[in-house]
Amino acid sequence: MEFPESNEKRKKLGQAIMFGLSRGISYGIVALLFLILFFIVKQGIGVISWEFLTAMPTDGMTKGGIWPAIVGTVYLVLGSMLFAFPVGVMAGIYVNEYAVAGPVKRFVKMMTNNLAGVPSIIFGLFGMALFVNQMGFGASILAGSLTLGLLALPIVIRTTEEALKSVDDTFRQASYALGGSKLYTIRKVVLPIALPNILTGLILAVGRVSGETAPILFTVAAYFLPKLPSSIMDQAMALPYHLYVISTSGTQIEASRPMAYGTALVLVVIVLIVNIAAALLRNYFGKKVKMN
Amino acid sequence: MANKLETIDVNLHYGDFHALKGISLAIPDHSVTALIGPSGCGKSTYLRLFNRMNDLIPNTKITGQVLMDGEDIYKIKSSKIDHLRRTVGMVFQKPNPFPKSIFENVAYGLRVNGISDNSFIENQVEKTLRQAVLWEEVKDKLKKSAFELSGGQQQRLCIARALAIEPTVILMDEPASALDPISTGKIEDLIFELKNQYTIIIVTHNMQQAGRVSDYTGFFYLGNLIEFDKTKKIFTSPSKRETENYITGRFG
Ligand SMILES: Nc1ncnc2c1ncn2[C@@H]1O[C@H](COP(=O)(O)OP(=O)(O)OP(=O)(O)O)[C@@H](O)[C@H]1O
Ligand SMILES: [Mg+2]
Repeated sequence: MEFPESNEKRKKLGQAIMFGLSRGISYGIVALLFLILFFIVKQGIGVISWEFLTAMPTDGMTKGGIWPAIVGTVYLVLGSMLFAFPVGVMAGIYVNEYAVAGPVKRFVKMMTNNLAGVPSIIFGLFGMALFVNQMGFGASILAGSLTLGLLALPIVIRTTEEALKSVDDTFRQASYALGGSKLYTIRKVVLPIALPNILTGLILAVGRVSGETAPILFTVAAYFLPKLPSSIMDQAMALPYHLYVISTSGTQIEASRPMAYGTALVLVVIVLIVNIAAALLRNYFGKKVKMN
Repeated sequence: MANKLETIDVNLHYGDFHALKGISLAIPDHSVTALIGPSGCGKSTYLRLFNRMNDLIPNTKITGQVLMDGEDIYKIKSSKIDHLRRTVGMVFQKPNPFPKSIFENVAYGLRVNGISDNSFIENQVEKTLRQAVLWEEVKDKLKKSAFELSGGQQQRLCIARALAIEPTVILMDEPASALDPISTGKIEDLIFELKNQYTIIIVTHNMQQAGRVSDYTGFFYLGNLIEFDKTKKIFTSPSKRETENYITGRFG
């Protein structure tokens, strides 16, 4: 059979356009990311100094450093993960390994998805009502961490669930076939295999939590504190809120502009470091359980 | 020879789907039985009857009798199911070692079942690795991850893992279909060795393999057992037209 030459040409052209387009878009996105990073670095690098990182803010937050906001953010990220990670992983295990298929399971999954879509300011209001007022924690690191933890929960649950789902069922069957109980099988076989992917959820959650302002607004964040928090019942400053404050309120917005960019840079770098650390951790575990 | 396993008029439904249709079959002790048939005909489903793995699939209904050493294994107390699963080893299509060291993979079944005597475990691991003809290849790297082994070695490790708790029956679901010809040959040699001590059922899509390793062959089609006989007989003069069509490749 003779195939027309023109058809081949058309196919080639179509491919070239499609590949070119998608390559262009993906390069464009990367370029945009670098542009943002470059912008922040360029604007912020000037104020970065040892003092900026380790000193208290002074002169109505136009001078000095952002040390208390760094400390506050680290506490809040750690606190929220301490709550959200174990709870979320356990919930994910329940949904994927224990819950029987049916309306209840569907409902739980639906609610988890809905929770992920709730605007973060709502979490803030809820956190204030429940943790600050109802449970009487007041505006505190504890209340803020729990609120941020709630925000992170759906992410951790979903990624855990997906990670467990991707573990081939024959691993479970092989363990049962050797007389292993369900719990033993999950602990010794399923979780270790799923761990690298579960850690992805942790990465995503940390990224989300560290940048949020709305949930901490009413639950923990302080405009300015003269000293570092000394217990989980204290208020704290936090980078995103500090950034918000010095760039929107006060009488000297222009004067504190460089401080704002410096703060943004520090926030970005912290998120980056946490992400890289988590990715390294994931690769490390991933190698340990490498599939072939 | 006594029958090790027997099913009497077994029907299995996945929800509305009738996957096994009145299967009656007796499998002699210390023999290798091959189950053949086109994809989706119920071979794996039939295999999973013997260690009650189908119980784990929701909405499964089973009627009829499944006997092991004359006892109906669907009438035993639920607390005895773990014991049943220990006496029936299983090997899967894709090698699936646990994310552990080579040593711990073989020791898994012992540890699960509460054995903690280390010298006993060590002996048992060596013994079963030798049985699975893997010992010489791995004796210097027992502490290494099982994932570092080749696919064929992993599959022999999975066989060793199943053997470690001394089952009497071994179920193999296409154990060599993901392996190269040399690894496949090793697995087949191994099956040949093992049948002195165990009763083996193997599902395979490879007619030559069924011919080489098995004493008996059962041909399944659309949930029915069409024919069951000595392998020689099945491959030289099958009594059913469908069987002949299938094994000669004139099928469908
Ligand atoms: N968990 C399940 N739920 C519903 N139907 C199932 C399930 N497992 C298998 N089936 C159906 O039962 C039939 C038999 O499946 P089975 O896996 O036993 O076939 P098989 O002979 O092993 O096929 P293959 O050679 O492809 O492995 C198929 O039609 C399949 O679709
Ligand atoms: Mg099958």
